[in-house]
Amino acid sequence: MNKALIIAEHFQGKLNASTAKCVSCVQAIGDVEIDIAVLAADAGPVAAEAATLGGVRRVLMLERAENSEALAAVMAPQIAALGRGYTHLFGPSTTFGKDLMPRIAALLGVGQISDVMAVESAYRFRRPVYASNAIVTVEAPGGRIVVATVRTASFQPAAGGGQAAIERAQVEATLPTHTRFVSRSGANTDRPDLQSATRVVSGGRALASAENFQLLYRLADALGAAVGASRAAVDAGYAANELQVGQTGKIIAPELYVALGISGAIQHLTGIKDARTIVAVNKDSEAPIFEVADIGLVGDLFQIVPELERLIRARS
Amino acid sequence: MSPILVGIKRVIDFSVRVRVKPDGSGVVTDGVKMSINPFDEIALEEALRIKERNLANEVIAISIGPAEAQQQLRTALAMGADRALLVQVDSPVEPLTAAQVLWKLVQKHQPQLVILGKQAIDDDNGQTGQMLAALWDRPQATYASKLELEAGRARVTREVDAGLETIEIDLPGVVTTDLRLNEPRYIKLPDIMKAKKKPLDVTTLAELGVAAPAQGIRSLKFEPPAPRARGVMVKDAAELIAALQQRGVL
Repeated sequence: MNKALIIAEHFQGKLNASTAKCVSCVQAIGDVEIDIAVLAADAGPVAAEAATLGGVRRVLMLERAENSEALAAVMAPQIAALGRGYTHLFGPSTTFGKDLMPRIAALLGVGQISDVMAVESAYRFRRPVYASNAIVTVEAPGGRIVVATVRTASFQPAAGGGQAAIERAQVEATLPTHTRFVSRSGANTDRPDLQSATRVVSGGRALASAENFQLLYRLADALGAAVGASRAAVDAGYAANELQVGQTGKIIAPELYVALGISGAIQHLTGIKDARTIVAVNKDSEAPIFEVADIGLVGDLFQIVPELERLIRARS
Repeated sequence: MSPILVGIKRVIDFSVRVRVKPDGSGVVTDGVKMSINPFDEIALEEALRIKERNLANEVIAISIGPAEAQQQLRTALAMGADRALLVQVDSPVEPLTAAQVLWKLVQKHQPQLVILGKQAIDDDNGQTGQMLAALWDRPQATYASKLELEAGRARVTREVDAGLETIEIDLPGVVTTDLRLNEPRYIKLPDIMKAKKKPLDVTTLAELGVAAPAQGIRSLKFEPPAPRARGVMVKDAAELIAALQQRGVL
């Protein structure tokens, strides 16, 4: 029997969708008991939400004032102490999990498998390397705890309807004071979240200014879509950093991805390969984005995008 | 003042379209352009800027890799690193082993900061900095887009999924770089000449007293990704909408 512990990602009292995807990944191991750890100052609301995920046995609350912000250096010693009885320790491959999980692995003296995209057995997994230009099958040593991050774009969220037990957990761990949270800033918009949106409209350098990005926002609103951007657009200051899609930004898997004025550098394509339908609009017919697009349109996006918006609004 | 250690990994250049070897044992590297991992270049640039503000006395570039990684270390010296160390290994090491190597070097050099790339663009693991911070029992500030030093502390702005987060860490500590931390400088010809005279030492895992794990994570097989089916081209916005409807997306 495998015993897995998943580290819940949450923010402002809400469970992040990445946690349910980790549950799906861990379920694929087979023959597994799944617990979820919630570290927070007040873990109750998040624990209650996590307890509804199907297939989860227990939700363990680690409540301490120091857990009010998700600082890897503070969380890692607690999870390393809690995790010793488990065969698998998994977290999401989001900036939260990518920051945290390797610190836990090192405290436990084991390596980590990053970005699990498929499970072959309890110790054998597939993961992307070289910006997803290659997929490697890796094997962790048997008899040692497996620490991994889950590529959330590769898994559907676990179904709800579960009724896991919620328990308080206590661990002996000395917590450092050398790392302190100062502030956070980000787009608190009504728009869908880029990471979990079913539709994404994304812009590249061809938008040519932050003002022109408004065109794209209007189309996104018409579609009920989240907004993304290429690295070039973010570097140029047309869009915020958290909108970057690609190898070093967010890896997403929406039902619909609309790439506007994005040439399609390999690093960008890495971030969208799992999208069900990719639409590309670009004035350069040779742009690599057309090699992966399901629907391509060569033309001037400053004419096409308003036209698309009009046609979509006319339908509803 | 104390030194800054910077990690320099030799990787396939970002512009190369990587291909998997037919036998699945890895990817094609013969005749392929190799470079410094782009995030490591940013790490080095940041260290150099700190030294230029007289907040560090030395920048030491460290690579763990094959003998050929001396090329990338020479480039690092030309950019401005004061000296370089190659920990020569014949086959790639796991991030945990790399962290153990850096931990040994931290004990030896007592740096105020270790600046590493947030990930290498070959294995895309993104683990070494966090692992080093754990072994060292010191702070980590990953995905840094801004780094400000003040008396024994650093204030670091991090690029996270929700936007930007600022944390304060006591030094010494580990910082890993994101793309927008800085723009690395170009190397001028005289710098390349000067770099030839700078010290570049070579050592081994054994000399450092680090053993590669007897039971590590093994790579069994490399495969190319599954290709996407060929798409259709449409001629205007109306056709595009029709094609989306046909696919059941709208």
